[in-house]
Amino acid sequence: MSEASMSLSSRANALTAFKRGAREYGLLLSLIVIMVFFQVATGGALLQPLNLTNLLLQNSYIVVMALGMLMVIVCGHIDLSVGSVVGVVGSIAAVLMVQYRLDFFTVTVICLFTGAVIGAAQGYWVAVWGMPSFIVTLAGMLIFRGATIAISQGQSIGPFPPEFAAISSGFIPDFFAHEHLRITSLLLGIAVAVTFWVIEYRSRARIQNSGGNVAPLAMFALKNGLVAGLLVYFCYLLSTYRGIPTVLVIMSVLIGLYTFIMNRTVIGRWVYAVGGNLKAARLSGINTSRVTFFAFVNMGVLAAVAGLIFVARLNSATPRGGTGFELDVIAAVFIGGASASGGVGKVVGVVIGAFIMGVLNNGMSIMGIGIDYQQMIKGAVLLAAVFVDVYQKNKG
Amino acid sequence: MSQTILDMRNIRKCFGPVKALSGVNLKVGDGEIHAICGENGAGKSTLMKILSGVYPHGSFEGEIHFDGSPRCFQDLRDSEALGVCIIHQELALVPMLSITENLFLGNEISRHGVIDWHQAHARANDLLARVGLDTRPQTLVGNLGIGQQQLVEIAKALAKDVRLLILDEPTASLNEKDSDRLLKLMLELKSRGITSIIISHKLNEIGRVADQITVIRDGTTVDVIDCRDVGIDEGRVVRYMVGRELSDRYPARVAAIGGVLFEVQGWSVGDPARPERDRIRNVNFHVRRGEVVGIAGLMGAGRTEFAMSVFGRSYGVNIRGKALLEGREVDLGNVRKAIDQGLAYATEDRKGAGLVLGESITRNTSMANLAAVSSRWVMNELAETAVAVEYRSRLRIRSADVTQSVEKLSGGNQQKVVLGKWLFANPKVLILDEPTRGIDVGAKYEIYGVVNQVVSEGRGVVMISSEMPELLGTCDRIYVMNEGRFVGEFAIAEASQEKIMHAIMRNEVIQ
Repeated sequence: MSEASMSLSSRANALTAFKRGAREYGLLLSLIVIMVFFQVATGGALLQPLNLTNLLLQNSYIVVMALGMLMVIVCGHIDLSVGSVVGVVGSIAAVLMVQYRLDFFTVTVICLFTGAVIGAAQGYWVAVWGMPSFIVTLAGMLIFRGATIAISQGQSIGPFPPEFAAISSGFIPDFFAHEHLRITSLLLGIAVAVTFWVIEYRSRARIQNSGGNVAPLAMFALKNGLVAGLLVYFCYLLSTYRGIPTVLVIMSVLIGLYTFIMNRTVIGRWVYAVGGNLKAARLSGINTSRVTFFAFVNMGVLAAVAGLIFVARLNSATPRGGTGFELDVIAAVFIGGASASGGVGKVVGVVIGAFIMGVLNNGMSIMGIGIDYQQMIKGAVLLAAVFVDVYQKNKG
Repeated sequence: MSQTILDMRNIRKCFGPVKALSGVNLKVGDGEIHAICGENGAGKSTLMKILSGVYPHGSFEGEIHFDGSPRCFQDLRDSEALGVCIIHQELALVPMLSITENLFLGNEISRHGVIDWHQAHARANDLLARVGLDTRPQTLVGNLGIGQQQLVEIAKALAKDVRLLILDEPTASLNEKDSDRLLKLMLELKSRGITSIIISHKLNEIGRVADQITVIRDGTTVDVIDCRDVGIDEGRVVRYMVGRELSDRYPARVAAIGGVLFEVQGWSVGDPARPERDRIRNVNFHVRRGEVVGIAGLMGAGRTEFAMSVFGRSYGVNIRGKALLEGREVDLGNVRKAIDQGLAYATEDRKGAGLVLGESITRNTSMANLAAVSSRWVMNELAETAVAVEYRSRLRIRSADVTQSVEKLSGGNQQKVVLGKWLFANPKVLILDEPTRGIDVGAKYEIYGVVNQVVSEGRGVVMISSEMPELLGTCDRIYVMNEGRFVGEFAIAEASQEKIMHAIMRNEVIQ
């Protein structure tokens, strides 16, 4: 190949790499646009440190469940029961902690185990018997909602011991006695941003070394600079209030863990292969029913985590707790770019999708928009986001 | 020369920066059978999509004259209104509906919106008689074989008063008998004045039916051959298709055959749909080191079922029999075990069961052997990419790079990715099920080359194919299968198409 055509083709390659990334950048940009819009529309209330803290707390359980839901949806399934699982785990935690006075640690272990068992029970019908997950988890949704009401005997149970409530209402400790700024939180934010940069840069270099296509350096720097900058800025905002909430730490660790699992491990490959083409995965020696089963068990555990965070935040468990969560979670995954037919979807996308929903909820509430219009707008956003996806795919 | 019914002049079409067609001319005489030949990716399908209006007027350059006047088709309906019907390689019938319902789908025979079933079935019977399909019109299409479904497609075109019938690779998934029937039908339609265009890779079939051949290469018409009087000159067609002479369609190989590598004894497999009935009955089979063993047979003979039942029980219930690898009995209880023991099976259903279409070449290549490119469950992406790069260049897969999704590759290149995946799994025995179905002459040749390479390393290859010349050209020994049993076994020196067909007809089990 001649020099000229080489440089031409490398430019074309950069273009395709750019297009491939466009979806991810596009999503991030929409989140930023939505945030800017509400920041203006609410007269600056959206990014008030107090409100930002609340926004994170409100969204944490949705994000946590969306991580599990992504895996289920990539496998080509769906889980409608997660809202009820949140309810059932929350009420079990409340009964054990408030009525039986069991300690925090034991209860957490019991609850996570319960989540795993619930996930396994549903995964069994889907993975072993090939029943449609829609139906199995619809049944689960009813069963576990009923169980929630039965366990809590129709009553709200609370309050929790303070050390448990601290999961959701606590902040990381501060080691500097500054008057207005939680310096530990700020430093932690900066550290995370730097780590993020280094990881991204190394992965880019890795792709480049092995002959793959990468977006141009300027593009890369802009995107990651933006992300890192926002990270530091938000941590700064949080530091001016009470610092980084404990929940944010839990959430970030889980996001990091699941990004790693989905992108870098054999299990991640299995999940994408099973959802991408079940038969091909099976003929390649992947135990497809075990992968599907695992996805549901994992979903159950994450729903249990979310259930604990949720009741800790409310400081009481209610019989209707978690109702409708499944819809927010599923919407977040699809807004984040997952495909309903399976095989496609990324953790980053889903997290951004969850925050798009979260900012919409929060922003519209501040503006005093009624719940009626809020629902309609959220529905329209889901439809529009998936339409853009489908449209781009059809256009090739 | 007869009148021209279709004249496509200087057709050009681009997809973004990629030129798909750069000046194709196609002239089809009224009432003739016109063949279009070309390698995969030469632009045949694009041309047909332009003709049928899938790519509307204005999205390409050039002119289409049909029946004497210029036409500007906006969509399929416009072209169908003039009697242009296209039958795609992947059939477009609704399996859960009856033949009648499929025949008149979109053009239901009705009065005031109520379907007149009596008349519909009667007309369906007529149409089925015309295509020579002896089945009740109430039969569900899903219960028909592929060959019969193809006839239903043609009947459907007849129902629309077709004048120009386009068949895209019509015999690619048919067995010899059904192909024969289809070609006869084409000749019969011709005698009734229906013009046909046939796109095919099978030169012997084209030679039987075609009046003229247009050869397309790289988006341009390179040759038009009239074969009414002189018959087909295969060498000339192939030469123009690939732009080089393929003196021999099967690369030479010096056979170096060793001891028995893999063997199954008394292999019987129950049919999952009817467990009391055996689909595979008491088969004894072996392959030696360095040997290419073919399995011939008609469609539905049980070849795929046999191979899949061996490959980790991917097919069948109640499997009985012994499998021995290098003389030791082995457990092939699931696909993972089969792969780990050293078997590999490249499916006949490349898109449906061979590849994850949305994923990259890299990820498809590593899929069956992730353990080799990971440690403690963590993927080593560097090693993975290196593997994909290696197999891409070894198998000469044509793509932008290894990150390209396999969806956009041509059939031949997709097949090479499947091969790469299984070669990377490092098998002792490689089972290839219809490895060259629907791919062009050049890619076929390359795949045969890979097969030769594999056996030269002392491995064994099992080749299942419906194309007898391919088996005769590549194998050292051929089994013949019929109704789930082996009815013939020939060393290559004594094998011939006639002998294989005779073995099938006699249907006597070999010992």
